[in-house]
Amino acid sequence: MSHPCVVTIDSRSAPRVLFSGDRLVEVDLPTGSRVVYPKPPLKPLKDVDAAIRYAINHPYNSEPLYAKLRPGMKVTIAMDDISLPLPPMKRPDIRERVLTIVLDLLADYGVDDVEIIIATSVHRRMKDWEIRHVVGDKIFNAYWPKKLYNHDAENLANMKYLGTTEEGEEVELNRRAVESDLIIYVNLNLVPMDGGHKSVAVGLCGYRSLRAHHNPRVMRQCHSYMDPKSSALNTSVVRMGRLANKKLNVFTIETTINNRMFDTPLEFLAKNEDDLSRTERNALHALRFTLDKMPQPARQAIFQRVPSPFGVTGVFAGETEAVHEHTLRKSFEQYCVPVVGQSDILITGIPFISPYNVNSFLNPLLVQVMANGYLFNLYRNAPMVKKGGTMIIMHPCTDLFDNEHHSPYIEFVHRVLPETRDAMELHKVWEPKFAKNPAYIEMYRYGHAYHPTHPFFMWYWGEAGRQHLGRVIVVGADNEYIPQLLGWETARTMDEALRMAKQTAPPNPDILALHCPPIFMADMSVEKQRAPISALPESQG
Amino acid sequence: MAASYFDVDGTLIRTNLVHPTLYYVLNQNTPLHSLAKLGGALVKAPWLAWAETRDRRIFNELLFTSYGGMSEDRLVGLAVETFERVIKPNIYPGARDLVQTSLDKGHDVVLVSGALDFLMRLLAEHLGATDVIANRLEIKDRFATGKLLRPVVAGPEKSRLIRDHAKGRGHDLDECFAYSDSYSDVPMLSIVGHPAAVNPDRKLSLLANAYHWPIIHVD
Repeated sequence: MSHPCVVTIDSRSAPRVLFSGDRLVEVDLPTGSRVVYPKPPLKPLKDVDAAIRYAINHPYNSEPLYAKLRPGMKVTIAMDDISLPLPPMKRPDIRERVLTIVLDLLADYGVDDVEIIIATSVHRRMKDWEIRHVVGDKIFNAYWPKKLYNHDAENLANMKYLGTTEEGEEVELNRRAVESDLIIYVNLNLVPMDGGHKSVAVGLCGYRSLRAHHNPRVMRQCHSYMDPKSSALNTSVVRMGRLANKKLNVFTIETTINNRMFDTPLEFLAKNEDDLSRTERNALHALRFTLDKMPQPARQAIFQRVPSPFGVTGVFAGETEAVHEHTLRKSFEQYCVPVVGQSDILITGIPFISPYNVNSFLNPLLVQVMANGYLFNLYRNAPMVKKGGTMIIMHPCTDLFDNEHHSPYIEFVHRVLPETRDAMELHKVWEPKFAKNPAYIEMYRYGHAYHPTHPFFMWYWGEAGRQHLGRVIVVGADNEYIPQLLGWETARTMDEALRMAKQTAPPNPDILALHCPPIFMADMSVEKQRAPISALPESQG
Repeated sequence: MAASYFDVDGTLIRTNLVHPTLYYVLNQNTPLHSLAKLGGALVKAPWLAWAETRDRRIFNELLFTSYGGMSEDRLVGLAVETFERVIKPNIYPGARDLVQTSLDKGHDVVLVSGALDFLMRLLAEHLGATDVIANRLEIKDRFATGKLLRPVVAGPEKSRLIRDHAKGRGHDLDECFAYSDSYSDVPMLSIVGHPAAVNPDRKLSLLANAYHWPIIHVD
């Protein structure tokens, strides 16, 4: 019997509602298709502050935080950036709560030399109001901008080389952190690929270290990003993190949240459409109608500017790897939905947000990373779609970029992709040129742009998906040029896309659709026994 | 190797051509000379305002007539003082980093300015720039005539000078960068493979957004 979160479509099923960017689209799926829904949100902790205090006083594989402190020591607190969580959470953000308790403790023990670094790696610098949202007014007013600031991976004088792993990966991290007596990392774990050694070894590193694992060779060996033990990326990061932890004194604090992405008025978006009450159905229709009539910036504001009511489900502290084991367990508990049998055709809407477009537009390259990268990789054990299968996505693929945040992306999409889509060629020929582009480096260091190499990393993130999938078909694209650049086909409707997909699929193809967001992961078992589609009572679509 | 071509006024420094000229005008041999020069400059002011809106080249030529009659010794002698007092304090905070990043990436850094060459050379030295394309005063019998030597560095002429410079140094223009704050420098920005708007005026900002040129703020 399948898990309650895996719903099989029959002739009486309501149409499914999937995201297509910042719109909602109704689709009729063929009878026998399976739709995977997220698990209900885990129950949040009742007393988060008590959990934080307990975690730092009873850490895993480490002495308590207070025992590591001595007056006059130099402490650096590093914390996750705006890419976590998605969308940003309601105030107080869990990082504010952790920071408040940790900073009080540091003050009690006479530790005055404290700096807080946003571990952006090569992500864009957070704006002051975004930082204020995360750390709260009190901490912001006390520390910004001299003692609370964004990491700058291009300030080479402020980077320090730590060593090289046995596999030749160079570890170079933020000098202030390296030269501190203690690094406290405050993490917010949204998905299983976050946290662990990635926090320090990636969050505080620069291009010199990143290129060791953010490259097509490593990405092609990831099965999947969300299952750390099967991810070559994670293996490389662990090697680098272990080297760093040998030389540094790191105390890790990780937090997990549930998947309550939508607040009460929109909670029905996470539900099975067959289970919606009349009121919820009316609300859904009203929302769809409103979104259709609204201009794009207003739609973006509705979804992005309203913070999510995530609940904190766990706080773990201590030695990085010991802590991360507990974090992963909690994360899998929230996200993993058992799914039996790979599909021939995988269907998903692409939502309005990714880790790289908080407060900006999901541009075409990010649509690619969401499809071939994040959504394709939402599995453990085996991909949700068979090798050579088809992925059908829903997104307008609008040729629109945020010039402030994604300036190098524009050149990547419009100048480089028309030359080649080959990740190896991009890595060898084009990436070094972008890495040396002074204008983009300036925008990264002093503006709010992603690092010039970031668009390349975004392309490599899709590499495992590209290597695995036979075809990607986009439904509802407002142009054909962008999908063509990305190597995708286009269809006007879901019916047309399914007809196209069936041409290269086996008879009676197995169709799996993802009802995402909120986030979930398919805990895949390859073996599957079910009645052939022809045996089902009635067929739709 | 590539080159980065930087406009100067408004891009790297917040002053314009008028400020150093005014400093020279106010620092003549005697207060009477200064007063006379200032009077002459004030008479030209409406024409300068008109030229600024019409043609950068005419503006430059008109402005630099104020240097007419100044001795070469005085021009050079006052240059360091003008640089220290007028130009150096007005270098944008991020300008040095922008130039340094270009140097770090192995670029030739060239200042391209309508300002006078002896002042621009001092700025180039200060910022670490490798070359200067700037206006030169005509000197006769050790005195400035108030005329500019050809070619006058302004507007579209800048792009031709950059093209010649790149050709002379063996740079591929497609690999070169250009930075400016002003819409009047669109020709110069358009001939390189990597244009960027720095502290752009409204018209350049609109254009940079339309063409997806990087927009940098160093102010």
